[in-house]
Amino acid sequence: MTADAAPPPVEEVAGRTTGAAVRGPRARTAAAYLRYGAAKLAGAAVSLFAVLVTGFFLFRLIPGDPVKTMTGGRPVSAEQLAQYRREFGLDLPLWEQFADYCRKALTGDLGTSYQFRAPVIDKITEALPNTLLLTGTAFVLYTVLGIVLGTRAAWRHGRLGDRIHTGLALTLYSVPSFWLGLLLIVVLAVGVGPVPGLFPTGGMESGGEEGLAHVLDVAHHLVLPVVTLVAVEYGQTLLVTRSALLDEMGSDYLTTARAKGLRDDLVRRRHAVPNALLPTVTLVFINLGRTVAGVILVETVFSWPGLGGLFYQALSVPDLPLVQGLFLLFASAVIIMNTLADLVYPLLDPRVGR
Amino acid sequence: MTTGVTPPADARGADARGADVQGADARGADAQGADARGADARGADARGADAQNAAAQDASAQDAAAHAGPRRPAWQRRRRAAARFWRQYRTHRAGLAGLAALVLCALLALTAPLAVGSDVAGVTDAPGQPLAPPSGRFWLGTDRYGRDLLGLVVWGSRVSLLVGLLAAVLSVAIGAAVGITAGHFRGAYATVMMRVTDWFLVMPTLVLAVALTAVLPRSLGTVILAIGVTTWPTTARLVRAQTLAVEARPYIERARALGGGHAHVMTRHVLPNVMPLVLAQTTLMVSSSILTEATLAFLGLGDPTVVSWGGLLQDAREAGAVSAGDWWYLVPPGLAIAGVALAFTLCGRAVETVLNPRLGVAR
Repeated sequence: MTADAAPPPVEEVAGRTTGAAVRGPRARTAAAYLRYGAAKLAGAAVSLFAVLVTGFFLFRLIPGDPVKTMTGGRPVSAEQLAQYRREFGLDLPLWEQFADYCRKALTGDLGTSYQFRAPVIDKITEALPNTLLLTGTAFVLYTVLGIVLGTRAAWRHGRLGDRIHTGLALTLYSVPSFWLGLLLIVVLAVGVGPVPGLFPTGGMESGGEEGLAHVLDVAHHLVLPVVTLVAVEYGQTLLVTRSALLDEMGSDYLTTARAKGLRDDLVRRRHAVPNALLPTVTLVFINLGRTVAGVILVETVFSWPGLGGLFYQALSVPDLPLVQGLFLLFASAVIIMNTLADLVYPLLDPRVGR
Repeated sequence: MTTGVTPPADARGADARGADVQGADARGADAQGADARGADARGADARGADAQNAAAQDASAQDAAAHAGPRRPAWQRRRRAAARFWRQYRTHRAGLAGLAALVLCALLALTAPLAVGSDVAGVTDAPGQPLAPPSGRFWLGTDRYGRDLLGLVVWGSRVSLLVGLLAAVLSVAIGAAVGITAGHFRGAYATVMMRVTDWFLVMPTLVLAVALTAVLPRSLGTVILAIGVTTWPTTARLVRAQTLAVEARPYIERARALGGGHAHVMTRHVLPNVMPLVLAQTTLMVSSSILTEATLAFLGLGDPTVVSWGGLLQDAREAGAVSAGDWWYLVPPGLAIAGVALAFTLCGRAVETVLNPRLGVAR
């Protein structure tokens, strides 16, 4: 479908505002896309600001005096308390504290971790690549697996294979990811009875290896966490793909494609799946929030040195600057990914955003 | 959304009604005149003799009908709708299996004090050796304090179900309130509410819930609040879409023309129409609430004074059950969580399919 097929009133509006009526459909499309993109970006900016506000006020709900928490019950004089308050800016009016916090957060200064006595941002940049490695691998695998299996299930709707796939996906979807991880460790890493441990119980590397051996070692450590994440996450993609494809199954254009004499396989790959994929893409991105939860739990269970593991360590203290920093990071990452998806989406599907 | 549901369901129901319902129709015709009946009167005509008998038997009920005024046909309609719903629900095998599992689980949770005794969670005089594998005396083995794991799992169902249900109700209540008001009042209010909803929708739910439980005092109330406050946006979007569909129907205009205010339209006309959707959503939400509760407990953010399935798994991990390979400590609580979550999901999907036949094809 091209821009010519968009509803006429919208075209008129686009033509009037940009004066593009004489320039042809391509220019009008670009203008409409820019407006759509600007609206999405403005929305994302508002959302990110809301995250900042939440991050600030949520962590000021804590009962008790942050300075007293920091000094951890050590005997401190009133002067010292006042000194700390001045240092952390806690004697300023709330709105000044907020402005200060916003300025710092935007320049990447997220405060100092109580627990590690190191800047929060350093801990985050240290752990980020490890999380990206784990999440990226799992994300690619579960998306591909979910789409492939979902397509097959929908195409053979109602048959035994469909019911097995749907049932398995629903079951795994109900399984707590941390529990699945613990079981995998017991069975495949520690070993039950005669079964020897095949994989490391946790961590990311054994240490001491160089070059290719190191890469293989990390890959070996990566297997179980990735399997856990894929198992609990692929079900959602499968179900979404399946219902999106089933929505397309009755469409006239598929009947036409079949009437042309196309092979069943081609009808599916060239005609049905590309259309069904579009809603799937949106939902995959909306569900990124769920993936973040999965990552936190899986990293905790497998002692993976990433952001999720860091979040758990910060919680158990509780190390509030670190929790706050990670909260800001997770929330804004999901918002940014969603905005990217929104921006790419109309390029894939011309029906959106006009 | 569910707009397409009513007509086919009515058509099917017209011939499938039970004898008591026809009797009720005849009573209604007596009490309020036949004008309000429409299609329903057909059944009364066709089996008039039956209806007469039933009406005669329920002479006292007839009086009640006369007093209850126009409310009574509404209740009859609802009862018929419920019977119709059940007849269709029965055809979903997975939904029935889920329902059976839930009934069993609810009975276990309610009778837990009788079945396992309320001292099962006591640490001081635990009956067995710590971390003993399953045996004749302790079918599922014992935990780190030597308590009976079977008893603990049964006892833990109380907290998991309670938190799951209450959190789901809270979440769906917030979602329904936001959805209905955002669908009813258009304009700036709706825009703002939907932006807030979208914001909550993309937020990582667990991170927000964890942040909330981390800053509030540790208790079951906090857990319920944290789950309820973070999971409502899906419901809000669904309910708003349905509200917009309902508000476009002519009888809403009629109600407004007769002087019905905002509150009247929302509670008397919109709410009953979105209620089925809300119920289906609640069932599905319980499943995710139970999972979130277990997750929070596993992260050490639950109420440390109560036994829950997630808490048992956290205990197991802290006691080193993973590296020692004590599988019997890990398997039962996790299976319980997965089983109950799956049962609620199956029920919710069956309810959804019955209420929205178009969706039923897609699933």
